[in-house]
Amino acid sequence: MEPRTSVIEKRLKNINRIIAVASGKGGVGKSLVASSLALRLSQKGYRVGLLDLDLYGPSSHIILGVNDEFPIEEKGIIPPKIHGISFMSIVYFTGEKPSPFRGVDISNIILELLAITQWGSLDFLIIDMPPGIGDETLDVIRYMKTSEFLVVTTPSKVAMGAVGKLLTILLELKKSVLGVIENMTMTDSSFIKKEVHRLQVRYLGKIHFDENLEESIGNPDRLLKTLAMKDLNRILQKIKL
Amino acid sequence: MHEWALAESIVMATVEEAQKEKLKKITQVTVFIGELQQIEKEIFLFALNELAKSQKPPIIKDAFLLKTEKSTLTCKNCGENWKYDDMKKKLNETESESIHFIPEVIFVHARCPRCGSPDFEITKGRGVMISSIKGVR
Repeated sequence: MEPRTSVIEKRLKNINRIIAVASGKGGVGKSLVASSLALRLSQKGYRVGLLDLDLYGPSSHIILGVNDEFPIEEKGIIPPKIHGISFMSIVYFTGEKPSPFRGVDISNIILELLAITQWGSLDFLIIDMPPGIGDETLDVIRYMKTSEFLVVTTPSKVAMGAVGKLLTILLELKKSVLGVIENMTMTDSSFIKKEVHRLQVRYLGKIHFDENLEESIGNPDRLLKTLAMKDLNRILQKIKL
Repeated sequence: MHEWALAESIVMATVEEAQKEKLKKITQVTVFIGELQQIEKEIFLFALNELAKSQKPPIIKDAFLLKTEKSTLTCKNCGENWKYDDMKKKLNETESESIHFIPEVIFVHARCPRCGSPDFEITKGRGVMISSIKGVR
């Protein structure tokens, strides 16, 4: 009999809101949106956790500039605070080595992380999701019943094709979808907005392509001052985040 | 002491199951400890006994029976079977500790001893599992 599922609710019970930053497609800027959202909420004085569930390609630690930190072992594991954010990632246990996990292993890792991580009391837990609607998305839906989804796409028709599928399944499962952010825009095209509205989901706005953004990766203070973050802040204000 | 968190999951799952089965008292809980998780048995048992106090239905003193399950790792590429014990010496302290927290990171830190593939599976001895619960109705 699997015991870990029984304890997850207790681990999450003092978390006010869980927001999963997701997309059907990779490379659209989920990690950047998730990390920036966590940083912004933390700067506003909220108690914030960030869980990187992209187990194959974790990247939030790169954006936040995490170096030698490691969780503290205390009746479970307590995530270290990075720029005020309680940050948990598989990277503490894998280092920068490749992670060849199969589906069943992914579910086991998520269960283990949820069962042993002691988040304490948080106003927000932000989850940096991997792309797609695979094990991680299904496990978040299954084990984190109160989770809300913030969906990211690029202006690409290819990205929106996959994002549309994610939105469809989230709606079918009656999950709360805060809206869709269109990231890295370079034109005034309204294609994404129309597609999102067609699915009866809220379109939150554009983050314009910012060629200086890359230089601020690993430096949160600099990141928060970029033009892209100004766009993101404007979007997040709309949903009171 | 992340054993505490795992012990908590065992106690909560036991109580949930006992409530479903309408047990008035839990008299024995057999727990398998997978070798890969490298649980410190004494700490784990202490945590189980502490957490067992004041549960409903009550768990009698010393109800927990711990059994270690040796691991079997099987390569999907060449079919080789081996045990974690056989390869433990090749792992450094950080790698071994990481496997203690998350057994699946063995796929990150180890390879099949025969063909070098990372595509193997944990067929036995992963982590903690409840094997049986006995009680009085």
